[in-house]
Amino acid sequence: MSTAAMGEDRIPEVKSKLIPIYVMGKRYDVPDSLTIMKAMEYAGYKFIRGCGCRGGICGACGTVYRLQGDYHIRVGLACQTVVQPGMYLTQIPFYPANRAVFDYETTPAVPESVFKAYPELFRCVACNACTKVCPMDVPVMDYIAAIKRGDFEKATELSFDCIQCGLCATRCMGEMAQYHIAQMVRRLYGGKIAPRAGHLAEMVSNIKAGKYQPGIDELKKTDVATLKKLYMSKEAREIEPNMSEDDWTPANRAYL
Amino acid sequence: MPYPEALKELIKKVEATRAVRVQRKKAGEELPFMSLEERAATLHFHPDIKDEGRREILVGPSKGYKIAHEYVDLLEAKPRVDPDKVDLTKADYETDVLVIGGGGAGTAAALLAQETGAKVIIATKLRHGDANTMMAEGGIQAASKPHKDSPYYHYLDVMGGGHFVNVPDLVEALVNEAPDVILWLERLGMNFSKYPDGRLKTMHGGGTSRKRMHFAADITGAEIMRTIRDEARNRSADIKVLEFSPAVELVLDDRGRCAGALLYNLETAEYFLVKAKAVVMATGGSGRLHVQQFMTTNHYGATFDGAVLAYRAGVPVCFLHTIQYHPTGVVFPEQAEGILITEKFRGIGANLVNIDGEQFVNEREPRDVEAAAIIKECVAKGKGVPTPTGRFGVWLDSPMIDVLLGEGTVEREFPGKFILYKRFGIDISKEPMLIYPTLHYQNGGLEYQPNGATRVPGLFVAGEVGGGVHGENRLMGNSLLDILVFGRLAGASAGRFAKEVDGPRKLSLDHVRKYVKELEAAGVGLDRIAPMLLPDYTLPDVKSRQLTAHYAGTLRS
Repeated sequence: MSTAAMGEDRIPEVKSKLIPIYVMGKRYDVPDSLTIMKAMEYAGYKFIRGCGCRGGICGACGTVYRLQGDYHIRVGLACQTVVQPGMYLTQIPFYPANRAVFDYETTPAVPESVFKAYPELFRCVACNACTKVCPMDVPVMDYIAAIKRGDFEKATELSFDCIQCGLCATRCMGEMAQYHIAQMVRRLYGGKIAPRAGHLAEMVSNIKAGKYQPGIDELKKTDVATLKKLYMSKEAREIEPNMSEDDWTPANRAYL
Repeated sequence: MPYPEALKELIKKVEATRAVRVQRKKAGEELPFMSLEERAATLHFHPDIKDEGRREILVGPSKGYKIAHEYVDLLEAKPRVDPDKVDLTKADYETDVLVIGGGGAGTAAALLAQETGAKVIIATKLRHGDANTMMAEGGIQAASKPHKDSPYYHYLDVMGGGHFVNVPDLVEALVNEAPDVILWLERLGMNFSKYPDGRLKTMHGGGTSRKRMHFAADITGAEIMRTIRDEARNRSADIKVLEFSPAVELVLDDRGRCAGALLYNLETAEYFLVKAKAVVMATGGSGRLHVQQFMTTNHYGATFDGAVLAYRAGVPVCFLHTIQYHPTGVVFPEQAEGILITEKFRGIGANLVNIDGEQFVNEREPRDVEAAAIIKECVAKGKGVPTPTGRFGVWLDSPMIDVLLGEGTVEREFPGKFILYKRFGIDISKEPMLIYPTLHYQNGGLEYQPNGATRVPGLFVAGEVGGGVHGENRLMGNSLLDILVFGRLAGASAGRFAKEVDGPRKLSLDHVRKYVKELEAAGVGLDRIAPMLLPDYTLPDVKSRQLTAHYAGTLRS
């Protein structure tokens, strides 16, 4: 075999059959195995907008499409969705959205902070169009409802997979940008409501007090041969077992 | 698409050995880690070893250094803009600190620079947050648990993973600053995966001696990026973001200080001059160069731009002779080719197995060793699993995670990958994933100090565009850490620098003219231009019909 695995985005040689898709109404015949993104590149498009991580997480390539003879609006990320015959599509790489500026340090993690920043929350008519249009299967309407109830924990959990592509905002009858509201809520929850990690603050103050510096200084002065020995030594560098519990402690505590 | 019958048959061999492998795992009987000698032998199968893959650079501050052709091609290339065409007397923007790059490093730098009182501009090629940061899944390392870990052990692990050649001062900064970075993120409202009492969940990554990988489900990088980007947006009075505006040249002043950059508006094809008292280069990596034709996990914009610009301005490059291939990229289905499968699958317990269902390597070796072991298994031993498109891979046995840790674990811990595969009709809690190494990370890059400073006064470096901290091989979870540690340090340094020095004097692009003369003298690169800005995926067939299109490098205008 060749170790020179072909560059992912050099479009593979066409072995698959060609099918028609309609990019903003114009027909192109493309290999049926490609994603929408690669199919558009195959057709000759060069992306500036509408293309980002190419891995389904950045939210740049939200795409809306219909199939022939079917009234449903369908959605997908162009980088993740495989083309289908007769797909009528357009990317929606950007959609204007209202984002409230708030001073994170001084904003209390209470429902009223969010209600004040985003009064449009209460324009939700529970039509659920946002949830239906979400390419990540996030229950958008449900997290909006949780925010309205003041349940930040639930809203954080429900909105966690949001990639902020903005498709929900395109469909909202209440004209809100749900994803910005969720972002504010997640930050207030994560930083001000969820329990803090005590061990983390302790470690930071240990480091600031210089507790581990003598050990680091030793390592910095050590020659490579000795460093290799330390690295491979089961005493000097004991390896925590993979299936251990969090409270595992090493036998050698010299540098803790 | 679901696995075809032939692959389903082969999956039965993985299933046949699963129970025994799970038992061994539960009993703590791991396949032994390799000795340093065994590692060295395995690394013969690493793509870095191929001598025909690289050549010496003939110009610039690292003249004579042998690195991948794809890097040299861009370092030995003419500028996009003729310096004589640029009017340097009128700046379109003036600011204290210019940050080039809107990923994790750039955004962290902007926040810390702003906190010194600086006005900041972030210039970014695509959208703010369009970066490899967003795609990092597995986690971020930090010795955060005093009862079992300390920066001392983190330091040892980083050095061992990097083959003991890392720059010690950089490693020291990395491991000492790490817990503070996690605390900073926690305070900014990032949602780490935690136990109910607030303790952070941590796990192993390849080459770690302690479980110090912190994570936010399997979208750690995205959660970091959206949190710090949101904070930058809250500070929009002081942090201005110019999107779709990549830098194409650094601008110096007549004392040789970095004094800003020339930006290109990708949509209107106009050039704009930004004058700044200090500049942070944070453009990230280079997977989209497809070194040795490898598929890549990287973002569309990872094209080496910042390294090209700073190299022309006089900053040497180091550690670029090694490139990281992530052991586990998707090799089937082909629509998802190259997509990263986080190391967390292995950290949590999934084995790598060959066509016969045999585990052939401990799944937690450092990345270069693990990747080389997979290539060896396929190329030398012929134990790879053939894909329908004629390629090879090995199995990553994700279903054993549910067996080990309870049904539902895969779906809960890896929601992103679970959905991705589900769309193709594959349930990764029941069927294993077929993977092969994929181009992932630029280990080396621009030379810089722990505070981000470079040989060019006023120019600071942060993140993947720099080199040294990871030596010849980065460990999992140290890149999210790198961008935030050094992004913060470089941003603070740049902010202070901007305050302490007087503003730029007469602006100049003489360094670019000088560089072109060097190219001419060496007789190289005169037919190429750089920075690349965007990769070129237009088919030759299409190009042959674009009779009046004008290409400047890979860009069509």
